[in-house]
Amino acid sequence: MSDRPKVIFDGNEAAASVAHRASEVIAIYPITPSSTMGELADEWSAAGQKNIWGTVPEVVEMQSEAGAAGAVHGALQAGALSTTFTASQGLLLMIPNMYKIAGELTPFCMHVSARTLATHALSIFGDHSDVMACRQTGFAMLASGSVQEAHDLAAIAHAATLRSRVPFLHFFDGFRTSHELAKIDKLSDDDLRALLDDRQIAEHRKRALSPDRPVLRGSAQNPDVFFQAREASNPYYLACPRIVQEAMNAFAARVGRQYNLFDYAGHPEAERVLVVMGSAAEVAHEAVDWLCSRGHRVGVLKVRLYRPFPVEEFVRALPKTTKSIAVLDRTKEPGAVGEPLYMDVVTALREAREDGLTALDPLVIGGRYGLSSKEFDPAMVVSVFDELSRPKPRRHFTVGIVDDITHLSLDWDRQLDIEPPDVVRAVFFGLGADGTVGANKSSIKIIGEETPDYAQGYFVYDSKKSGAITISHLRFGPRPIKSSYLIKRASFVGCHQAAFLAKFDMLEYAAPGAVFLLNSPYPPDQVWDHLPREVQQTLIEKKLRFFVIDALAVAGATGMKGRINTVMQTCFFAISGVLPRTEAIAAIKKGVQKTYGKKGAAVVQKNFEAIDQTLDNLYEVSIPASVTSNFSMPPIVPDLAPDFVKKVTAVMLAGKGDLLPVSAFPVDGTWPMGTTRWEKRNLAVEVPVWDEVLCIQCNKCVMVCPHAAIRAKVYEPGGLALAPASFKSTEYRGNEWKGSKYTIQVATEDCTGCSLCVMVCPAKDKSNPRHRAIDMLPQAALLEAERSNYDFFLGLPEADRTKVRLDVKGAQFLQPLFEYSGACAGCGETPYVKLLTQLYGDRALIANATGCSSIYGGNLPTTPYCTDSNGRGPAWANSLFEDNAEFGLGMRLAADKHEEQARELLQRDSIPALLRTGLLNANQSTEAGIAEQRARVEELKSLLASDPSPGAARLRLLADSLVTKSVWIVGGDGWAYDIGYGGLDHVMALGRKVNLLVLDTEVYSNTGGQASKATPMGATAKFAVAGKSRPKKDLGMLAMTYGNVYVARVAFGAKDAQTLKAFQEADSFPGTSLIIAYSPCIAHGYDLAQGISQQHLAVETGYWPLYRFDPRRAVNGDSAFKLDSAQPKGDLAAYMHNETRFRMTEQQGPERYRELVNSAKQEIRARFQLYEQLGKGAPAVAVAVKET
Amino acid sequence: MDFKTSYLGIKLDSPLMPGASPLADNLDVARILEDSGASAIILHSLFEEQITREMTGTIYSIESHAEASAEATSYFPRASEFSLGPDEYLDQLRRLSDAVNVPVIGSLNGITTRGWLDYAKQVEEAGAAALELNVYYLATDPTEGSGMVERRTLDVVRAVKQAVKIPIAVKLSPFFSALPHFARELEASGADGLVLFNRFYQPDISAESLEAAPILHLSDPSELLLRLRWLAIVKPGLKIPLAVSGGVHSGIDAIKSLMAGASAVQVVSALLKHGPKYLRTIRAQMERWMQEHEYESVQQMIGSMSLSHCPDPNAFSRANYMRILQSWRPTA
Repeated sequence: MSDRPKVIFDGNEAAASVAHRASEVIAIYPITPSSTMGELADEWSAAGQKNIWGTVPEVVEMQSEAGAAGAVHGALQAGALSTTFTASQGLLLMIPNMYKIAGELTPFCMHVSARTLATHALSIFGDHSDVMACRQTGFAMLASGSVQEAHDLAAIAHAATLRSRVPFLHFFDGFRTSHELAKIDKLSDDDLRALLDDRQIAEHRKRALSPDRPVLRGSAQNPDVFFQAREASNPYYLACPRIVQEAMNAFAARVGRQYNLFDYAGHPEAERVLVVMGSAAEVAHEAVDWLCSRGHRVGVLKVRLYRPFPVEEFVRALPKTTKSIAVLDRTKEPGAVGEPLYMDVVTALREAREDGLTALDPLVIGGRYGLSSKEFDPAMVVSVFDELSRPKPRRHFTVGIVDDITHLSLDWDRQLDIEPPDVVRAVFFGLGADGTVGANKSSIKIIGEETPDYAQGYFVYDSKKSGAITISHLRFGPRPIKSSYLIKRASFVGCHQAAFLAKFDMLEYAAPGAVFLLNSPYPPDQVWDHLPREVQQTLIEKKLRFFVIDALAVAGATGMKGRINTVMQTCFFAISGVLPRTEAIAAIKKGVQKTYGKKGAAVVQKNFEAIDQTLDNLYEVSIPASVTSNFSMPPIVPDLAPDFVKKVTAVMLAGKGDLLPVSAFPVDGTWPMGTTRWEKRNLAVEVPVWDEVLCIQCNKCVMVCPHAAIRAKVYEPGGLALAPASFKSTEYRGNEWKGSKYTIQVATEDCTGCSLCVMVCPAKDKSNPRHRAIDMLPQAALLEAERSNYDFFLGLPEADRTKVRLDVKGAQFLQPLFEYSGACAGCGETPYVKLLTQLYGDRALIANATGCSSIYGGNLPTTPYCTDSNGRGPAWANSLFEDNAEFGLGMRLAADKHEEQARELLQRDSIPALLRTGLLNANQSTEAGIAEQRARVEELKSLLASDPSPGAARLRLLADSLVTKSVWIVGGDGWAYDIGYGGLDHVMALGRKVNLLVLDTEVYSNTGGQASKATPMGATAKFAVAGKSRPKKDLGMLAMTYGNVYVARVAFGAKDAQTLKAFQEADSFPGTSLIIAYSPCIAHGYDLAQGISQQHLAVETGYWPLYRFDPRRAVNGDSAFKLDSAQPKGDLAAYMHNETRFRMTEQQGPERYRELVNSAKQEIRARFQLYEQLGKGAPAVAVAVKET
Repeated sequence: MDFKTSYLGIKLDSPLMPGASPLADNLDVARILEDSGASAIILHSLFEEQITREMTGTIYSIESHAEASAEATSYFPRASEFSLGPDEYLDQLRRLSDAVNVPVIGSLNGITTRGWLDYAKQVEEAGAAALELNVYYLATDPTEGSGMVERRTLDVVRAVKQAVKIPIAVKLSPFFSALPHFARELEASGADGLVLFNRFYQPDISAESLEAAPILHLSDPSELLLRLRWLAIVKPGLKIPLAVSGGVHSGIDAIKSLMAGASAVQVVSALLKHGPKYLRTIRAQMERWMQEHEYESVQQMIGSMSLSHCPDPNAFSRANYMRILQSWRPTA
């Protein structure tokens, strides 16, 4: 069937393409790496794409995966054909409904991009720990190992579930398959119609709940019958494997690709066999072919249908000659005899032998590999076969890591390269913002669609949100590409950012004689002198061809503003030789036209100009015979870094974390504090420079900085004795520390260049208002001096917390205990988090919901939470997405219980009465009070040190709990409004002393901009493609109905004093508090340097009213509600027009947008009036404030 | 009473029409305008620069964060019906042409030759009866002389004229140093009419915050005087018709404009202030005045007070200014 179109899909699109066409109702919830499936389904439905029965599937986003599973269950019960997409924790949340759906024998197919479950740490990457947690639910499980399989087996699963009535979980490897781009055959609608049997669909509909022929399902059964009724479904499970095979056969008859329950590849008389499923099976297949061609008798058995596990088919699929088997599991079950696939294989062989189905009695060993997308390559496959050849193979092993603790790991040959020479391999290093990945995706499309060649693309991103580095791995070749692993030897290496030269060993990837393309600001005759010695050495040794282009200059000249993607793509085609030059350029232009043609001629034109100018600016550099450079790659971290940072963090920073052995790591996921300070990222092209004469010392720049990269200190003049010559200082203006000096200092290497500090600076030069007390100037020229200035600055004493006046200015003298996070440049969340740590960090426990804040807060290699000079700082942990309020509450319960026990134990006679009463009655409402209590606690501890009684020892351990703790429960709107709302609500109802901080970006930011219930009316988001038609949920109002919860709505950029006040009131409030914090985000679609003015507009127009609801006020008969915003003025539409999220709605349908804007205006007016009424002393709900 | 006039080679029932403005963005308003006697409807200007900026801005804000994180390879949905170009404008033009019986005139401000041409063609294809080229250009570059500014405008007019078949009007700013000569050159380059004048945003300065902020005031009748003078001066040297734009707030304003040389009278601010039906009021005022003064047609008055027919042509020249100065006495 050659007429099927060849398309470039990733695994997610491959599966979703089938699922969308084979479903009527789709309920979803975003979770990496499956989000794309739901997004595509939603986009297709929004665009009116129909399923194979001619109707547009209904796609609904739920509040959680549990909700999606419930909705799907209901849809199925009511007779719809349904699907969902999920992974990891999301899949776990579906398990209760999965039991139900299976128990009710419901035809249903879900698609899972298998992802690691969070244990000692979260990981977004791929393994089978999530799907393996479902193997007992009664779902059939079908595994795909490639993009084409994810497409084909999706169809087979949808067909088989209808016939078998057993629900299916179709899965493929998260990222490795879900995000790999490949050229595949796309199944037609007719293919799907042929596979999905109308009669069985009719049967499904007939079983549906209907008041016209009602039945009852979901009864409660008792000991007398439950067991038998549960066994009644057995025949369906027995029949299921045969039905799947028949569906595979029917598929083969129509499409030509034959799948089997188990597919064997390798020597027909193999003695050593690997059993594996997922993308590793493709890697093993490639390695097995290579080994067989070298005379080895080896093979691989790919497991397709894992549940129900067909014992007979399994043993039949094994070569009769099999002597030993290695089973590879991509999951870990601590404490089990072995991992699940291993256990199934052992059991199946034993049963089959005893039942006379086989005579085979091979040795079986089991190994773990590939957790969290750990590389699994042919060399590792070879090492597993080698292990089977040993006289006494290890029964249990791991492969892909070095385990120097339990010594389970196999060694492998890191130099082994089995890839055929006719496959072009190219690796590109770029920045997220420069468009490298996008350009590479376009190159894959060009080669995949314009030539008969096959193409593969896989993209590795780093863990930071600002200045993220991307590594693209591209393969092009004459055959379908099975190499589901990273490229190790490339014929082409592209470095799209010259700054990477000194950071990464990029040429490690280059095969001898390969082409190296560098985007460099230096012309061809000078570039050599700017290369580190190591790079020169490799260029010479590997005899590389070296090309340079100043892509930034070409992009700049053609109005592309730093987007060097098209330029570098043109270079790649010009020198890699994968396509004839003119053909390639025509194809690139066609690609540009396709991408932008619809949206705008101007952008197409700019790209065309860039393409045309590229070739004139691309030069080959002749490589001298010897190394001449006088500088080397600098050390990753300075020598004064702590041991752990040097031995572990630095290795990870160098991109070589794979080399770290098991012994390098803590056993329980505990990680040291404050490691971001060792990673000098130097992201900013321009950094702020302070003018001490013009400065009015308001500290607003310090307040708004998302990365704590601009700081203020006030100190004794004597501190300047050893200051570097360029260190700036001025007289402190203010009465509290007369005669002191004042400095604003920039952390030049940590600044991201967002320029928020400049935008907020109120001090302008009267004669030249363009100059402010802070200006942005090029970083390079400042770097050397400012590095020592910042070091010196850090050495100056921190402010005395007991003496700082806690207003906006004073609070910014407090040391931030959250610094240089990986958050986006201009992030609107982090200023709140930073403020929290300044005010309460030294006594804070932070429970952090999964999301952006847990990623910039806790994603390795370096993390931002740090300690003060006393070693105190925020104790931070992330549990899950859905349970954060409960998680934080638990922290409070523990802190309270410990404090209570300490107070009880204080009744000991040995403690002087004065100290006891001091400790018990301490007023800790001020920093001074806390300092005094800390002193008392120290006194108590030293007193107890000499007391040998057990009670004393217990009290000593608990003594610190007598210092008040501030519990903060932090998360985004996805958590607070949607998935965690139930818990949030319950925690508010309990009224315990916790502070809930909602960083409201009005969208799921971390997973890529899906709508939440916080998304405002009129905004486009994923799952609200056409623009949300309902207003934002008023979370604050809901919280206020409890009457005893402190609630504040804040926007730091609009009214910083109100934000500060809210934090202080929340912390002092003797019950639960909720702060809803407006957080500008890249998902809003504007230059975040304008974040401050957007916040002003948001508040001015009434879009984001500011208020504080303090139940304490009601005790005095006042209204608890205080509106901090003035009457809305100005045009809401103007605020909205500044942001792409609203403009996209307008651009899709101006008429509808105008209606939405009008509705939004009315809604805002009505809500504001309501708030005004509340503020006018509407009778406060009677509240009982619990005194603690 | 004969209100018939001819403008850009199109015979119109009246010289009164709404000028380029957001008035015609709403179909209902457009119908009211037609019912109120508008002889043509002019759409607001399609600004190439704005389209380009929004296009690049939107694409930039979508793309600059895309493909940078494993979790989020994008932050916005891929909307299929997502237009960043002039589609909305062109759609509105089409809808308007269907909704009203009077000619619909497009208006365009370009920044590149390509933009002028492409959009002009698209406006023509969308069904515009004529096209107004809104030459909205502020000369801020000290290395650019007036000759260069004029030449570029003439080039655009020539190029657009070759590219489209519909008549084109050129809407000018008052900031040309030798307007009569330039007007004639425009005519020679193919312009089918001129509109005097467009109005600019006037940036104000906030002395408090040391910021400059662009603001747009509605016109008032005092602005008409500038137009009257230049209509009167330019009219005699041209064969192509003129339109007045800016400052017409009443029937007598319209009449004076016609007398100065306008064949068409564009009204915006008065309609924004009083509503679209106010156009009928202006017409009624004109009719009453014409009756009282025994005029039979507007043709009688077009150009009656231009430089070539005005009893005292010096009134429009520099002397005018001198005399006012001389007659001015301090009140103290």
